[in-house]
Amino acid sequence: MSTTDTPVDNGVNVAALLGAREALTAAPEAAQFTWRANCTWRNGTHSTSTVEQFFGLGEEQRHRQVYTFDADHPEIFASEDNGATPVEYVLVGLASCLTAGVAAVAQNREIQLRSVSATLEGDMDVSGILGIDSDIRNGFSGIKVTYDIDADATPDEIKALVAQSQKRSAVYDIITNPTNVTVEVR
Amino acid sequence: MTRTTTTVVLGAGHAGLAMSRCLSLRSIDHVVLERGEVANTWKTERWDSLRLLTPNWQSRLPGFAYDGTDPDGYMTMPEVIGFLERFASFAGAPVQTETTVSQLRATDDGYSITTNQGTWTAPTVVVATGACNVAALPSFSNDVPAGIDMVTAAEYRNPGQLADGGVLVVGASATGIQLADEIHRSGRPVTVAVGAHVRAPRTYRGRDIQQWMDDTGMMDERYDEVDDIVRVRRLPSLQIVGTPNRTTLDLNALTSIGARLVGRFAGINDGRAQFSGSLRNMCAMADLKLGRLLDAFDEWAIEHGIDPELEPPARAAPTVVPDSPLLGLDLRSGEIRTIVWATGFRPDYSWLDMPVLDRKGLIRHDGGVVVDAPGMYLMGMPFLRRRKSTLIDGAGADAHDLSDHLNSFIDGHVDALV
Repeated sequence: MSTTDTPVDNGVNVAALLGAREALTAAPEAAQFTWRANCTWRNGTHSTSTVEQFFGLGEEQRHRQVYTFDADHPEIFASEDNGATPVEYVLVGLASCLTAGVAAVAQNREIQLRSVSATLEGDMDVSGILGIDSDIRNGFSGIKVTYDIDADATPDEIKALVAQSQKRSAVYDIITNPTNVTVEVR
Repeated sequence: MTRTTTTVVLGAGHAGLAMSRCLSLRSIDHVVLERGEVANTWKTERWDSLRLLTPNWQSRLPGFAYDGTDPDGYMTMPEVIGFLERFASFAGAPVQTETTVSQLRATDDGYSITTNQGTWTAPTVVVATGACNVAALPSFSNDVPAGIDMVTAAEYRNPGQLADGGVLVVGASATGIQLADEIHRSGRPVTVAVGAHVRAPRTYRGRDIQQWMDDTGMMDERYDEVDDIVRVRRLPSLQIVGTPNRTTLDLNALTSIGARLVGRFAGINDGRAQFSGSLRNMCAMADLKLGRLLDAFDEWAIEHGIDPELEPPARAAPTVVPDSPLLGLDLRSGEIRTIVWATGFRPDYSWLDMPVLDRKGLIRHDGGVVVDAPGMYLMGMPFLRRRKSTLIDGAGADAHDLSDHLNSFIDGHVDALV
């Protein structure tokens, strides 16, 4: 990049991220994080979840504030639609994870973004969750993410941003690979 | 019996022999300890059809090179073994064969190496035992149901040793795609589990991919000049094969003969293999990376004025990914009879009694100079000093640099590495 160019600024502090990577390479135990959410049933299919605390860098951490998420099912399922459905939260998680990754990778590769938007579709045959057909899985049969990105880069460079973002995405990994889940009752 | 020398080299493969040659040229007294015979791994841990991935002209060692009639061909394993035996003889390498090292430890004035043929002491030691001693299997390989045979790439010889029936080949680097191809052609239907991979054509615009990488300077890129040395040291091998007709073997070629592609083998749950849903992105990344590589070759050809002489640029078709790649497979159904693990290798340092390993079990080094162990050197590891460090063609330059450092070390000067 020549000195007459405006510095690339996608609002991502890459130096800090790279510094963190270096620090955590030297102190791998600090890289152990635990993310948490709490959920309270309201009524029917409506629940309210909150996130606030998490563990990382060797100690308890806290968001700037408590974040609250209402989840419910839509009225066509005879629910009150007090919030997004849980599966929509999965799409939200994937979209926001990949989009954060696009910004970070673009910053690291000195690509100025002007706009980034994504459309997500998760296909689901609800015969699975309704118990109509046990051969059909409960979850998505597939998820399609479509990005529209305006940036100072060639089409292939933009595709490479999106590809690298998938490679480094936690939620993409969570969705594409199995995870052991333990559910207990106190 | 304890014997003393200046340098003990562990391993008489191409790396250890190249180091021996460079030590001899500097008149440094040394011995090369070898658990078997010269080129032992090439003799005992490679499949029958394997040929070198580099063309014959690229088999270059210090003062010695391929001088046959087929510079563009690829050596069979017997030819590689013969080539290294001739080099050992040319170099007058002081190889002690059938010598298995059971312990390497630091002493007050150097190193002590315990073997089944007695003990050696020396102020300097070069570890050239290779990067590929033990097949690296995922931990869930223990969960494979009984009744399925498992073979690692080090044990595999030819399709005839496998039971009839379906084969799951895990891994799609050079090894995985080569085994998948010949096993599927043997009539055993192959499923290939594909993770991160590096797609490459055997030839581009009429020239070997290795010729391009050599000419453009890629092979000489240094470890202290790349952006992320940790990442490049872990890169999978190029998806290439050495065959007399210089064919390109990629995932599309496997699909075209009827092999089935699935995502990375992610785990086993209740006897069911689980494959990652990331296949599309893995293939997209490899296609994009290939495009960038070939663009760089094209630019180089224009800059160097050879563009007009070459075949016009052409791009391979994007990797064809099934619409809905299989995400799971019941390993108890009988469909899969054998799993072939082409999941890479790791070095075996069980004999190394020194605190020089990182948390991944690899020797901590700075371009082959072992950190925290003055007088100890490493050879033949991925991107040790250059991109070509694991190739036969890369051993000479690394041995030259490290023998220079070693020479300064024994003279009492340790800052000579350039």
